[in-house]
Amino acid sequence: MADLAHQNVTGAHPGETRRDFLILTASAVGAVGVAATIWPFIDSLNPARDTLALATTEVDIGPVQVGQRLTVAWRGKPIFIDHRTPEEIKAAETVDVSSLRDPQPDSARVKKPEWLVIIGVCTHLGCIPLGQRAGDDRGPYGGWFCPCHGSIYDTSGRIRQGPAPLNLVVPPYEFTGDTMIKIG
Amino acid sequence: MPKHLLAAAALIAAICAAPLTSGVAEEMPPLPRQEWSFFGIFGTYDRAAAQRGFQVYKEVCSACHPVKHLYFRDLTDLGYTEDEVKAIAASYQVNNEEANDQGQIYQRPARPSDPIPGPFPNNQAARAANNGALPPDLSMIVKAREGGPDYVFGLLTGYKEPPADFKMLTGMYYNEYFPGHQIAMPPPLNDGAVTFADGTPATVPQMAHDVVTFLTWAAEPNLEPRHRTGFKVMLFLVIAVGIFYATKRKIWATAH
Amino acid sequence: MADIPSPGAGGRIIRWIDYRLPFVGMLQHELYEYPTPRNLSYWWNFGSLAGIMLVVMIVTGIVLAMQYTPHADLAFDSVERIMRDVNFGWMLRYAHMNGASMFFAIVYIHLFRGLYYGSYKQPRELLWILGVVILVLMIATAFMGYVLPWGQMSYWAATVITNLFSAIPWIGQSIVTLLWGGFTVGNPTLNRFYALHYLLPFVILAVVLLHLIALHRFGSNNPLGIDMKGPQDSLPFHPYFTIKDLFGLSVFLLIYAFFVFYAPNFLGSSDNSIPANPMQTPNHIVPEWYLLPYYAILRSVPNKLLGVIMAFGSIFLLFIVPWLDTSPVRSARFRPIYKWVFWLLVIDVVALGWVGANPPEGLVVTVGQIATLYYFVHFLILFPVIGKVERPRPLPVSIGTAVLEPSRRTPLGGAGAPIAKP
Repeated sequence: MADLAHQNVTGAHPGETRRDFLILTASAVGAVGVAATIWPFIDSLNPARDTLALATTEVDIGPVQVGQRLTVAWRGKPIFIDHRTPEEIKAAETVDVSSLRDPQPDSARVKKPEWLVIIGVCTHLGCIPLGQRAGDDRGPYGGWFCPCHGSIYDTSGRIRQGPAPLNLVVPPYEFTGDTMIKIG
Repeated sequence: MPKHLLAAAALIAAICAAPLTSGVAEEMPPLPRQEWSFFGIFGTYDRAAAQRGFQVYKEVCSACHPVKHLYFRDLTDLGYTEDEVKAIAASYQVNNEEANDQGQIYQRPARPSDPIPGPFPNNQAARAANNGALPPDLSMIVKAREGGPDYVFGLLTGYKEPPADFKMLTGMYYNEYFPGHQIAMPPPLNDGAVTFADGTPATVPQMAHDVVTFLTWAAEPNLEPRHRTGFKVMLFLVIAVGIFYATKRKIWATAH
Repeated sequence: MADIPSPGAGGRIIRWIDYRLPFVGMLQHELYEYPTPRNLSYWWNFGSLAGIMLVVMIVTGIVLAMQYTPHADLAFDSVERIMRDVNFGWMLRYAHMNGASMFFAIVYIHLFRGLYYGSYKQPRELLWILGVVILVLMIATAFMGYVLPWGQMSYWAATVITNLFSAIPWIGQSIVTLLWGGFTVGNPTLNRFYALHYLLPFVILAVVLLHLIALHRFGSNNPLGIDMKGPQDSLPFHPYFTIKDLFGLSVFLLIYAFFVFYAPNFLGSSDNSIPANPMQTPNHIVPEWYLLPYYAILRSVPNKLLGVIMAFGSIFLLFIVPWLDTSPVRSARFRPIYKWVFWLLVIDVVALGWVGANPPEGLVVTVGQIATLYYFVHFLILFPVIGKVERPRPLPVSIGTAVLEPSRRTPLGGAGAPIAKP
């Protein structure tokens, strides 16, 4: 203990600075080691390879007739695929966009007008709107109707009435063929 | 103290050197040691061999043996492209996870995210097709047997005529390296059983070598990242040891 | 030097907390200033290593627990998913698996260090007992952990070891059924082992805390086995032993990393890569290496109940070691007979390990019986007798003189060889 006190009081000997350098280096090495060790623990919580493998879904939409709607699963969520009738397309396109709560023209929401691909999760609090099955209440705009709190969507999946703030989300997708789409 | 340490260490070493394997001294011949590309701390998987091995598995072994822990998507690790993997997967029919609207389970082409389906729907069907013997799953076989890759290679190439005085049970085959020497699996490999796309002659040792490479990869797909990370970690630690030792000596210099 | 280091605002916050919950001051004393014998050898590194490994096992364990499924039908596959699909899953699994082996190796060395230098002797008897409690908890934890992957060895080791309790007269089989939660080892067994495997390490943590409190009561023992008498005998824990522990840690990590990255399955059994099959027993049921000596003792005794008693007894014997040893002197350095006999125990335990690893036939059985006998003779007979019979060499006056002036010796006793630092 006495030795230490002496060392601390006197000035910087060459031994002193060398010792400080070593301590600094040792601390740096230790810090790098700790940081490098922590990363795998955190990264193991990220989606694993099997989860990532299900990140894209390919859907054959050939069998879906005009006027029919199909529901598929993508990343654990329902996707509404609507093979729209000409009337539905017209209704979606001839809307004053500026009057919408979440203004979006129909053209910004589809790649081909006769196919609407949207995530079937209400943007209010996450229920699944009705409208996919024959006999479902589609609401006054012929789109979808959410039974939980009464949000009403049109034939482009846009919010028209009710508490939902945003339009039904369009997922990333592309046509890999005339009747094949790849979602995600 | 060091004297005692040395004496004890010597005795301990002597004890450990005593045969640790089966006390039952059967006349099990030593496994033929092979050259493996994945052996040693710098080992890697020979992709060409692994692809040939996958072909051998697909065309010969998969008739009886599943590899349930392998997914089609894993094959990209062997050098197949995404499209090739999709095509390989699509050549298999698998049960859909969900029943159709009539409540029936139906078949569909496999996707890369599916596991590679086995030849039998359950163990009973497998036994029924194989005289009561159950062909084991191969996805972990190299890890699940003493001797690992050398053992599986030995087994595949170790079929021979039984010695004159050896009593064979009906339906069994004599194998040099299988414990007990009697195995229910008939020799699976014959020269030319498979035609390799890269033109490598398909001799039995070649096919055995390649399929063992494939199966070792199947059991330990993360061997290469493990070796790579290990190298960086060991290098870092060697440096750390040096720095900490120097620091320790410096700090302790005043204490002696 | 009892001041809390405190530049500026950060220091004020620390002082505010410390006034109400004096942990900073406590850490300052217990970790920084704490007087440690200046002559500690590297054999004293293993305590901190053990503590670090406990933390490593808990952290890797928790992260693995997030991905593991404790159901008999799904467990094996969930482990394979961790190995193949979870990011760095293979690393976490191998770290946890090999960490257990490292943990036991460290703790065994730590234990034998205690036996050699008399660290269990007055006033550290409770410290030693707490250590044995930790060992028992570790064995229970490791045993249950090994069952979780639900491989062949997992299942059959669970079957064999739980069946031991059937040796208890009259109620034995009922106890086994209670442990199993069924008529054999099965899903209920797996689930309860998982719950307990998650719980016990935190119990170990608590006992380690007690172990440290007991340690700090009188401070560490040292290679000379004589008490610290003043500041000339000690050095503050920081920086001398923090850096020494850090150095020792880095050397250990090199060994640990070698196993994890280059030989991850060397210490294990290939049979555990086969999914559990209740209809087929492996040819050789072998526990992990760190349980082999107890397994050898169990099998060496022809009587089932006696074998169970002796196997458990071999561990519980350790609890009374402080009272079995009659030596007036702590460290084997000054015990001319015991210092050799100690190594017989080491060899005996290694021999028992060899016996446990091999099928019980021929030479293995003979060695097993001799080694088992010797184990109990060592503790129950040699310990008390040697302490009484041997003449200890003269102790140095103090640690400080022994280290700094090796020529000074205690006036009592005859000439002895100069005390050389190894």
